[in-house]
Amino acid sequence: MSDNHSQDFVIRFAGEGGQGLVTSADAMARAAANAGYYVSTFSTFPSQIMGGPASSQVRISTSPVLSSGDSVDVLVSLDEYAYNNHREDLSDNGVAIYNSGEFQLPGGGQYFGIDADELAKSTGNTRAANMVTIGAVAHLIGFSLEEIDAFITARFTRGRPGDDEIIESNKKAIRLGADVAANSGFSVGTLAPPSPPDYEQIMITGNAALALGAVTAGVDFYVGYPISPATTILVWMEQNLVGQGRFAHQVSSEIEAISAIVGAGYAGKKSMTATAGPGLSLMGEGLGLAWMAEIPCVVVDVQRGGPSTGLPTKSEQSDLMTCLHPGHGDMTVPILAPGSVEECFEAGALAVNWAERYQGPIIVMSEFGQAEKGENIRKPDLDAVNVETRSVYNGSNGYARYESWGENGLSPMPIPGGPGAYVANGSEHDEIGDTTHLPRHHIRLTERRFKKMGLLNDAHIEIEDEGATAMIMSWGSSKGPAREAYERLKADGVDVGWLYSMALNPLPDEMKAALEQANIVIVPELNYMGQWSAVLRQHGYRAESVTQYTGLPFKPATLVDRIAARVAELRTEKGTVLV
Amino acid sequence: MSNRNPEYDFVWCPGCGDFGVRRALEWALERHVAEHEIPQSNYVIVAGIGCSGNMVHLMEGDQPFGLHGIHGRTLPLSFGVKMGRPDLQAVVVAGDGDFLAIGGEHIGPAAARNVDVTCVVMDNGVYGLTKGQSSPTTEMGVTTSSTPYGKIESQMMPLKYYLTIGVSYIASHYSSKPRDLANVIQDAMNHKGFSIVHVQSPCTTYNDTYDILKGNRRKGIPGMAWEVPEDHDPSSRQSAEDLLGRPGIPLGLIYKDERPTLQDRVDEIAEANPRRTPADLLASYAL
Repeated sequence: MSDNHSQDFVIRFAGEGGQGLVTSADAMARAAANAGYYVSTFSTFPSQIMGGPASSQVRISTSPVLSSGDSVDVLVSLDEYAYNNHREDLSDNGVAIYNSGEFQLPGGGQYFGIDADELAKSTGNTRAANMVTIGAVAHLIGFSLEEIDAFITARFTRGRPGDDEIIESNKKAIRLGADVAANSGFSVGTLAPPSPPDYEQIMITGNAALALGAVTAGVDFYVGYPISPATTILVWMEQNLVGQGRFAHQVSSEIEAISAIVGAGYAGKKSMTATAGPGLSLMGEGLGLAWMAEIPCVVVDVQRGGPSTGLPTKSEQSDLMTCLHPGHGDMTVPILAPGSVEECFEAGALAVNWAERYQGPIIVMSEFGQAEKGENIRKPDLDAVNVETRSVYNGSNGYARYESWGENGLSPMPIPGGPGAYVANGSEHDEIGDTTHLPRHHIRLTERRFKKMGLLNDAHIEIEDEGATAMIMSWGSSKGPAREAYERLKADGVDVGWLYSMALNPLPDEMKAALEQANIVIVPELNYMGQWSAVLRQHGYRAESVTQYTGLPFKPATLVDRIAARVAELRTEKGTVLV
Repeated sequence: MSNRNPEYDFVWCPGCGDFGVRRALEWALERHVAEHEIPQSNYVIVAGIGCSGNMVHLMEGDQPFGLHGIHGRTLPLSFGVKMGRPDLQAVVVAGDGDFLAIGGEHIGPAAARNVDVTCVVMDNGVYGLTKGQSSPTTEMGVTTSSTPYGKIESQMMPLKYYLTIGVSYIASHYSSKPRDLANVIQDAMNHKGFSIVHVQSPCTTYNDTYDILKGNRRKGIPGMAWEVPEDHDPSSRQSAEDLLGRPGIPLGLIYKDERPTLQDRVDEIAEANPRRTPADLLASYAL
């Protein structure tokens, strides 16, 4: 491969919400994915319907994309504010394209202007302005215009009269943009030829993958309340969870949502809701009921910045403590925290299976940065999803539903309409579900509720380079940037290892053993308190956090610097127990 | 204790109105089972928190399924049961505190959905289980443990509220006439849609309203309860409003609006939109 080839480019479109920024990034991503590259998009915008500073970017790479990258190679600025706001993110040889129909920049910089609206007009299609810009971007990164043509043809072939004209005008727009870029004399390099995967792919966002995973595992009852960044799951379900025996509906609050999925779970359905931090807080008592009365249901927490209304459209991983203990009293909730778009599908399916298997609530923790990130991922093998159903009681009436059976304490669950009528009770209860205050019942049932979690030991884990000076263990959506940092650190000869568990609660036995052995665990996480390392220390492991609370995801370079510095310190004071 | 569980340690005070409501509910269920030949196991009692919610543990005879959840959430819990399993019969039992105070926010949405659930609300005008605090239906000015200088909020008028907010079946009754009450509950269960039977169920310990409801000639107290006249037209909203304009407690059916339920509308959508398999859905994400 030639040296002036680049394996990886980040292109960012910045301006105001409603200007087609996401459309541009998405078009670029699809064209590149179709050409055999790996892509990942990321958008950030204020919490308002239209306008306000926003940006959308795509990272195009010859290998699977783990993060949104460190810097920007091409910045498209639709207004001056956007340019000033994003120019610091440009890489050393990055180039900015600015909207010269809107503002001017003095000569001599690493940028050039383009009046995309005016050029689009000349094609006879005023809506082709995005394509003018994409053409300019394509030229700067040495991306084939023919690949974009293929994308345009696919996108606008809709079987309507006028399709051909629209396709031609868009193709023309691409070339007008490319010409302007060529005349500017700038280039940021040439994208290396793709190494297409040998497997089939789909293009999907994290939230859609999660919803699809859950439906694949049999979710047939969904209710939710609109809240960023979980709303797209509600919308997806209302659109797709239709037909006999299925129900998806918008309810009046998160209190209604959790109560309704508990009611449906009790009645035998595989039920789910999705929310974000504020809604999760409201669900605390209902989750406690599901725990206490032993009712399967799944709650997805698509995290945003908190507390209170917080940062509705920003990245943060600060709900961990709430998810571990959402309700009052002696309770916890099993947690799956997928670390990629691909894992969102896996976690959506596994969460439903877990809920059915141990008869109780499960929380899936995703995060804003992962929710709407579009990626081309390996097409999930639906046949490989093992759809589990709960153990249902089929005996005669007079059944003691809360009598403990076997090693894990679980007992088959009666379903209304079938035998074994009982009272599912949120008050402490005896074997048949009647309220009781007697110590022996409270002791036995408290132990039973925790013991059942032993059935949940099969989530995805990764353990590499055990025995290193420090083990990196990120969680959830910070997995990608942490993994990229880990690979760079290894390449730089830094003595680090890698731990990852999609299940945060309970931790798989194999992961506990690895944590036990670790000299020190370094946890990159997006919160102030260092929540996951605090949990690990509570378990008795040596752990500390590398935190960030900017509302943005980690840049791998930041993690490389901070972890390398920490490992260097650890090596000079080796043997010291930290934190 | 209950007959079936000597260890069960909750009791209603002697004379509690909830005894009468329990008897009426047992009869109504029994007759509804016989009338529709639905198995008893298809009935789910969703109970609120408070004295009345313990009904679900105290019912005698064949046991229906029960869901004794958290305070104020009987309506969304029963919504989940009913929309998840339309073949089940869902009956809510709750008190005035559970249903109207902490759970008040759910009445409007349940009415707008016209979800096919029957609610038996036991109104004693007081929080009994926590020992005598004021409730939404406590009269203004009344001294309770939480209103030591007299209640300074207006008394809520639940029947008027139900009518205003669009509940499709509204009946009012009291616990001392379990046979009549059973008929009303059974009728409410036969109503396709959201039905509320609001029952005056006195608390003999903190708010004994038996005399006020029934009247006591010896003490010179006129009764507040009166039968809904036979010529009342429950399908007329105006008639219902007029009826509720009269003082006292009506006994009988006040309003009944036969309109499609949420399930009817869901069925229409299901008819027009067949199930999408995971494979169908996955196909829409092809590159």
